[in-house]
Amino acid sequence: MSNAPYRDPGIVRALAQAIAARMTRPWSVMEICGGQTHAILKYGLDQLLPKELTLIHGPGCPVCVTPAEAIDFAVALAARPDVVLCTYADMLRVPGTSQALLDARAAGGDVRMVYSPLEAVTIAREHPAREIVLFAIGFETTAPGNAQAILSAASAGLANFAAIVAQVTVPAALDALLDDPRQRIDGLLAAGHVCTVTGYDEYHALAARHATPIVVTGFEPVDLLRGLQRCVELLEAGRAEVANCYERYVSEHGNAAARALLSRVFAPADMGWRGLGTIPASGYRIREEFAAFDAWRKFVPGSSLPRSDAGECLAGEVLRGLKKPNECPAFGTRCTPAQPLGAPMVSGEGACAAYFRYRPPAAA
Amino acid sequence: MCLAVPGRILDKRADAIATWLARVDFDGVIKEVSLAFVPEAEVGDHVLIHAGFAIAVLSAEEAAATLAEFAALAAGAR
Repeated sequence: MSNAPYRDPGIVRALAQAIAARMTRPWSVMEICGGQTHAILKYGLDQLLPKELTLIHGPGCPVCVTPAEAIDFAVALAARPDVVLCTYADMLRVPGTSQALLDARAAGGDVRMVYSPLEAVTIAREHPAREIVLFAIGFETTAPGNAQAILSAASAGLANFAAIVAQVTVPAALDALLDDPRQRIDGLLAAGHVCTVTGYDEYHALAARHATPIVVTGFEPVDLLRGLQRCVELLEAGRAEVANCYERYVSEHGNAAARALLSRVFAPADMGWRGLGTIPASGYRIREEFAAFDAWRKFVPGSSLPRSDAGECLAGEVLRGLKKPNECPAFGTRCTPAQPLGAPMVSGEGACAAYFRYRPPAAA
Repeated sequence: MCLAVPGRILDKRADAIATWLARVDFDGVIKEVSLAFVPEAEVGDHVLIHAGFAIAVLSAEEAAATLAEFAALAAGAR
């Protein structure tokens, strides 16, 4: 099943023209997911669209919003000689208060990149004398895999496995973003891959409460433009409804098996988002039944979930969609991927990194 | 981070850690992934893979409907 039709330049142009023809007034639409931000800039979709349609870039970059305390904790555990710290590659370079996991590795820590969280479980089985710690970050797309790793470790009786759970969930964060009196979001593109897991049943109440249409959208250029087209149609018609434009993978109630597993292993928890602050019920904690696999409780008895740190640079405003990366005075000068001031410039999915790569300052 | 890539299931077997383990073909690159969340997926199905797990099975009917919509759009634009 090729992706080619979803990148067809003729369809892209036809959709961009249809959007322009439908607009009778300016609109601002936020794409939540950092992967979508990158696709929009990579394919230059923003430049094909009428300038009256403003695309606002959202907070959907999990490594950008992972609180510094969680990274500091991972770095501290990685320094222990008995620990193997397993992380997704995206997280390696993002600094906590001062150090990143890459620094911990350079200092001799056993920090390993995993593609699947189950690799950490296999490492635990093969190295019973070591403590294996999985840095379990991400949105609802990644959370079920992390939950499965915890469940598989529990089923296999692996006492040497634990997870630093610093996961974030989308709907509560959207609610908080839309409550911000400074925001100027007319419509939202919901992240299609998160919705494969969660579905979009929770979005109906959000759309109604904030009088904001929400359209579930994929990641290919045609997917994004179809989502924008539907969103503009709903805005023009004054309908604050939820629509699904990623029908081939997303259903109303999402993935039942993944949702059941999430509820079994995790409970909702208040979560500190880097740059955004604490948002009620916007993350997960490990349920009591699996407390033995909670790295916070295993290694720091009496500890609580991570709080957010004060936002450095303009990350908070960029993540809320209040500022574009190139509106930051440090963008491309004092702040570059080689010398970043904040997480959105470090992460491959950060909005600042996307602008630096696809709209470098000299060409802006 | 939420990047997910479509691939086709080549085979499928039970596994202690992954519950169901499948070999999936991503346009010639073959990887092992867990089908824990799509246990109903069968050999030949197209699935969306994220971080070592299939998170959704492609709906062939919905994909065909979307592609038909594109064909109509292309015809109208001509």
